[in-house]
Amino acid sequence: MRLTILSNLNAERVARRPAVIVTDMANGEHRLVKAADVAGDALKDVLEKHLRSGKSGLEDTPSGQVFLTVYVPPPKLVITGAVHISQALSPMAKMAGFDVTIVDPRTAFATQERFPDVKVIAEWPDKALPPLGVDRYTAFVALTHDPKIDDPALLHALNSDCFYIGALGSKKTHARRVERLKSQGVDDAGIARIHAPIGLSIAAVTPPEIAISIMAQIVASLRQAPEAAR
Amino acid sequence: MMLARDEDILKAAEDWRKQGRAVALATVIETWGSAPRPVGANLVIDGEGNFLGSVSGGCVEGAVVTEAMDVIESGKAKTLEFGVADETAWKVGLSCGGTIRVYVEKVD
Repeated sequence: MRLTILSNLNAERVARRPAVIVTDMANGEHRLVKAADVAGDALKDVLEKHLRSGKSGLEDTPSGQVFLTVYVPPPKLVITGAVHISQALSPMAKMAGFDVTIVDPRTAFATQERFPDVKVIAEWPDKALPPLGVDRYTAFVALTHDPKIDDPALLHALNSDCFYIGALGSKKTHARRVERLKSQGVDDAGIARIHAPIGLSIAAVTPPEIAISIMAQIVASLRQAPEAAR
Repeated sequence: MMLARDEDILKAAEDWRKQGRAVALATVIETWGSAPRPVGANLVIDGEGNFLGSVSGGCVEGAVVTEAMDVIESGKAKTLEFGVADETAWKVGLSCGGTIRVYVEKVD
């Protein structure tokens, strides 16, 4: 592989844009196809198929066998709430390959000291979230337990196509949250996107245990068919 | 050290090459049965045998690194196949019972 192709690929990845390396298996020649250029490419159909699934693989084409290496952006995790659970969840998510950002307007909570190595934004969600570019490769969790902070954050997430939304709180707390969100115009399909009570049911008790249940549910949403993660 | 993420592996390949090191890139191109790493997984190797990433659970990396030395030397890409107890072709196999094909090429 030529270094220029590798450099260009890495530039796309840093910018969080999907890309595919097409390798001609007959002669080992490579080319980089950026997501924006797929529509005009001779291999448009197979490229689109692989980008949708995010899976690399061999394909037989009219011009011979090619190997498609698919690079989709690394998943992001946006956590609203610089709380105890978040202190356990951030390093787990980081280890699992997620880019983690923490948002909490309460400056006593949102400190770099409590969250070393991840991005911490001590602002209200309506100010902090829009620049973060919540996209289909993003998981979103609301953990403050405070409607003043969680509700606007969830409304922002519901207006995006992020692949996971979770909110902390008991069934009772969530029922009240559903009423508030509906009064803000969220429909049933939107409500159904929210995993609440958050996390897989593993009888978690401590903050790190709850973080494990949340992380497991996020991974399930990322890797399994949508129904299976519920 | 943090665990190597896929993008770190490619970044390392770029950085190592820019530092003037000889570099080979190994990619899993096909798997059959139970395989530890998915198609597309990368392993980057330098001329000294340093490596980052994985193409299996650690079963065949040693052999891939050795082959990568040849690829760096000759500049010619090759495809390696590893299966369970495949004593005739390779000294190493996958304990999980799967088979993988790995494409090894030089970064130039």
